[in-house]
Amino acid sequence: MSNSVLVAVDGSAGSAKALQYASERAKLNGAKLIVTYVIEWSPYSFNTPEENAERHMRREQEIERAEAGVVEPASARLKAEGIAHETVVTHGPPAETLIKLAEKHAVQQIVIGRRGQSGIKTLLFGSVAGNLVQTSPVPVVVVP
Amino acid sequence: MARFLAALITVFLYALPAQAGFDETINELTAPVATAIGSFVFFKIPVFGAQLPLVVLWLVIGAVFFTFYMGFVNIGGFKHALQLVRGDYADQDSPGEVSHFQALATAVSGTVGIGNIGGVAVAVTIGGPGATFWLIVAGFLGMSTKFVECTLGVKYRQENPDGSVSGGPMYYMRKGFEARGMGGFGKFMGTFYAIGIFIGALGIGNMFQSNQAYVQLNTVAGGGLDGLGWLVGLILAAVVFAVIIGGIKSIARVTEKIVPFMAIFYCLFAVIVILMNYASIPAAIGNIFAGAFTGEGVQGGAIGALIIGFQRAVFSNEAGIGSASIAHAAVRTPEPVTEGYVSLLEPFIDTIVICTITALVIGTSQVADPNFAGEATGVAMTSAAFERQISWFPLPLAFGALLFAFSTMISWSYYGLKGWTYLFGEGHRGQTIYKLIFCAFVALGCMVQLGPILDISDALVFLICVPNILGLYVLAPVVRAEMLSYKARLESGEIKRYNH
Repeated sequence: MSNSVLVAVDGSAGSAKALQYASERAKLNGAKLIVTYVIEWSPYSFNTPEENAERHMRREQEIERAEAGVVEPASARLKAEGIAHETVVTHGPPAETLIKLAEKHAVQQIVIGRRGQSGIKTLLFGSVAGNLVQTSPVPVVVVP
Repeated sequence: MARFLAALITVFLYALPAQAGFDETINELTAPVATAIGSFVFFKIPVFGAQLPLVVLWLVIGAVFFTFYMGFVNIGGFKHALQLVRGDYADQDSPGEVSHFQALATAVSGTVGIGNIGGVAVAVTIGGPGATFWLIVAGFLGMSTKFVECTLGVKYRQENPDGSVSGGPMYYMRKGFEARGMGGFGKFMGTFYAIGIFIGALGIGNMFQSNQAYVQLNTVAGGGLDGLGWLVGLILAAVVFAVIIGGIKSIARVTEKIVPFMAIFYCLFAVIVILMNYASIPAAIGNIFAGAFTGEGVQGGAIGALIIGFQRAVFSNEAGIGSASIAHAAVRTPEPVTEGYVSLLEPFIDTIVICTITALVIGTSQVADPNFAGEATGVAMTSAAFERQISWFPLPLAFGALLFAFSTMISWSYYGLKGWTYLFGEGHRGQTIYKLIFCAFVALGCMVQLGPILDISDALVFLICVPNILGLYVLAPVVRAEMLSYKARLESGEIKRYNH
């Protein structure tokens, strides 16, 4: 297993804390960070024909926005601090996709932020952190 | 202010009877047009005492030919279609694009509509129980036609500069014919089709839907909406306006999500009703088979039943019309033929499953009580069949019919739009004009009676089958070559399966 850590970012305050936490640890033990932005998406949703026709265009826009708005600034900061890292932007169901990437990059740990959503929302839709903790093959750190 | 309101209410009350007359006027105006178009498109030749419209023969021959030419892909490709929809062969490098499942769900939302509830009742009323048998056969053969047209839709689609895509018969005719050295003819056919789908979108995908939604609402309201077709029409048109022009996507999104569940809910209750009529099941099935070959009591006998069955099947599953290929063209796949496989599930779901279930609900009710529906036809007849066993069901059925009608209208507004943009370009202003016309027809649909509407709508849809199927014949070798190459690579393992 390589000395690397997957850290999930999405532009939220919680994910900024996760990145902060992961980069501090990485500086201490020289781990490589896999900075990942998963754009929430499911292949099993129901769309109108117009949405389908525009899907490719929207997908490019979503990726562009994630890279320019979140991943690139994060990458620049890590570079300035001299932390080895890689970036990934992809679509998918968040928890499942993070696990797939963790396996692909053979990371030692996954670091994520907390959304701090309300109980009812979690009850209805589940939480990424909750799902991840239950199904991840590697330890998961949830940064408050 | 109060005086103003009182005046307004007085005017409104006086206007009501006048509006009832308005409905009739529109009806009187459209009926002769319907007859004229209908007799042109459904030019009939007498066969063994039945009147066979040439256009139905054209469709049947096409579907039979494609079934044989593609080596019974409607049977052999079924399992692979399910694997594709499940995502077993999904491209792992491009998540976030339209998936096979999404393309299928969108296309099914467009086809599952009033035809599945009301169209079947019309078929059984005119063609007898035997029409159901031919409806199923037509659905089965239609799977091959869909396979061909949807493969072509993806293969010859156009990528617009803004990254969106436009596809469908007009594009495969233009590009496909051009590649075979028939550029001029292809252009002509493409334009003809584009005009046809535009007008058809105002009929089958619009007026027929809104009309039946109104009829159903009126039945549930106990006739309380008599003469208020214009009002229901205006409300429906306003909602469609909000979605397609106002860009209130949430309404469309909610509908798209509810429709699949409504379809499942409908099938579930239909099966319950059939089971409650259990004593009549053997006789009802017996009637379907007997009627298919004897055509007792049907004008034109067995051939008459066959004609009606085929006509209704096409009206419901749209195989041969080419509309679904417009929806499927949105999928980005390096293998166009995969979309063909997925699309063959549509006639299966729409006709072989849902229409058959409706036919059995009506058939078993008829066996138990031949006059269960009285004079009712269309959706009202199906509704009466449900009501016999579940007294409260007409209400959710009316709601379901309204949603089905709505989602079909949204899908068809897009199909018609693609015809329009093919003719007039992708300009924004032109698109708005089209959408306004579309909304106007939604309202109009509620103002006329079923007879003339069904005739116009039928005629226009069958009319665009002519160029489309001709195009399919010319391009079928392309599809066959793609299919054989794909199958070979699938067997050799060159095309990888991700989920096992």
